[in-house]
Amino acid sequence: MAEKVLMKGNEALAEAAIMAGCRHYFGYPITPQTEIAAYMAKRMPVIGGTFLQAESEVAAINMIYGAAAAGKRAMTSSSSPGIALKSEGISYLAGSDLPALIINVQRGGPGLGGIQPSQSDYFQATKSAGHGDFHLIVLAPASVQEMVDLTFKGFDLADKYRMPTMLLSDGTMGQMMEPVSLDMGEVKEYDKSSWAACGTKCEREHNVVNSLFIQPDELERYNFERFERYAQIEANEVMYDEYRMEDAEICLVAYGVAARVSQNAIDKARENGIKVGMIRPITLWPFPKAVLNAAADKVKSFVCVELSMGQMIEDIELAIRCKKPVLLCNRTGGMIPTTADVLSKIEEANNIGGDK
Amino acid sequence: MEHKRITLFAGHYGSGKTNVAVNYALHLKDAFEKVSVADLDIVNPYFRTKDSEAFLESKGIHLISSEYANSNVDVPSLPAEAYAIIDDESVHAVIDVGGDDRGALALGRYAPSILKQNDYEMLLVINKFRPLTPDCASTVAVMHEIETAAGMKFTGIINNSNLGDETTADDVLGSVAYAQAISEASGLPIKMTTVKEDLYESVKDKVSDCFPIRLYVRQSWAKQEENLWQK
Repeated sequence: MAEKVLMKGNEALAEAAIMAGCRHYFGYPITPQTEIAAYMAKRMPVIGGTFLQAESEVAAINMIYGAAAAGKRAMTSSSSPGIALKSEGISYLAGSDLPALIINVQRGGPGLGGIQPSQSDYFQATKSAGHGDFHLIVLAPASVQEMVDLTFKGFDLADKYRMPTMLLSDGTMGQMMEPVSLDMGEVKEYDKSSWAACGTKCEREHNVVNSLFIQPDELERYNFERFERYAQIEANEVMYDEYRMEDAEICLVAYGVAARVSQNAIDKARENGIKVGMIRPITLWPFPKAVLNAAADKVKSFVCVELSMGQMIEDIELAIRCKKPVLLCNRTGGMIPTTADVLSKIEEANNIGGDK
Repeated sequence: MEHKRITLFAGHYGSGKTNVAVNYALHLKDAFEKVSVADLDIVNPYFRTKDSEAFLESKGIHLISSEYANSNVDVPSLPAEAYAIIDDESVHAVIDVGGDDRGALALGRYAPSILKQNDYEMLLVINKFRPLTPDCASTVAVMHEIETAAGMKFTGIINNSNLGDETTADDVLGSVAYAQAISEASGLPIKMTTVKEDLYESVKDKVSDCFPIRLYVRQSWAKQEENLWQK
């Protein structure tokens, strides 16, 4: 399908999952991501896939475990409180080295919070998606087209590294409509025969998918091996986008909807003669540390724009070894910073003076 | 263009009903003193008529919507005031119905009094660039699902085929055959083909009943700029 179509972010990612070969979707409705389930409910029966509305988020993530263990591409989606409910199952996926795609279309929190957009699950996604030592690959789309592209990429990365991957979106990205191309090319196939529990046909030993290890040294060895894989991912899979950074003296860092607002603010600030650009992380884990650290040697200050009380800002400070000040421009609880909010923070950063 | 007292906009999810309804209400206001818009969307959590409330009120158009619209809870309630505009024969009412059959279910409770008065138009909003309604058969199937859920029949079609800001004149011209096929299959007339204001001059002589519209339903970060040019 080379022609563009007009899609909601949630629908577009659902269609991208289908095009990536996902035929198993298990979920439970929650605003603002319910369109994903609604779309899958319509499409899966038509294409011979399985859509199942589970009795709970906990059930859904364990169905994902089952489908992934059988070697199938599987996806679940939810929004903030629902992801918290899935966290035990996400840890089991990681502990069993199972690939799967988990979608979080974030809403305001904590608690039941509200249905308006938010980015306050950054810590949860990048640091603590469940118990135990593990990481998720975390992808952050900033357009409906990226909802498509990163869903497709997310399945590939999950299979490539045998680990769960999360698409960390937000309510705005899920609900907004933009023209998209669904032309994504070939799906790369991975040989899962060495580990998937997909039937021995009495021709091989059983493959066992499990996260329980009786001996502690064995569990430790698996953890060490997994972290060697994580090091490869940190070396090879970092994705980010740079916007007007060539001569920038101030560097904005933002992802998702915050990056869209920031882009408008940068254009306005440039009209006023302020040299400002943006580094937009596309992978939140692995975090684009090297490019930020290099930027810290050129710019005089950073502004982190996020829809939370300040979560990603800690990763920026770590990445740049606190070499330059990092200001926070934030709204939370379902509110989005305006272009004017970001502009005034850029002006503040510009007045910090030059230890450049 | 003939105007019935009540005009309902229904159609596939994301076909552009809300934006068409807002534009149509502005058009009605040129001809009639009292115009009200009722937002009966029980499906969409964001990007609702409520976003345009201040703008509509500034044009003298009254908006009736759920007290929970654009709030932090997803309560699919209907505004009590909606009954008033259906019964008040001095008001020209524009009714924005939620998408698909699920959204049209909300019409069920109003259908008997609308049908009884028999001074209404129910328009099917279509967009060929929506991937689940790219052709005649799929669009007509959605149409029948909505009619069953609403307990009402459509009376006309609005061809709202668009790709948002990226829509070109060729996109609009290329959608006419699609709309005509649906018109033939359903027996419904094409009431209008919408076109972005900036494309209106280039297509108005090539498409019958061309209706220029503005994009009022926008992403939140684009709103500030939009509010500037609205004034």
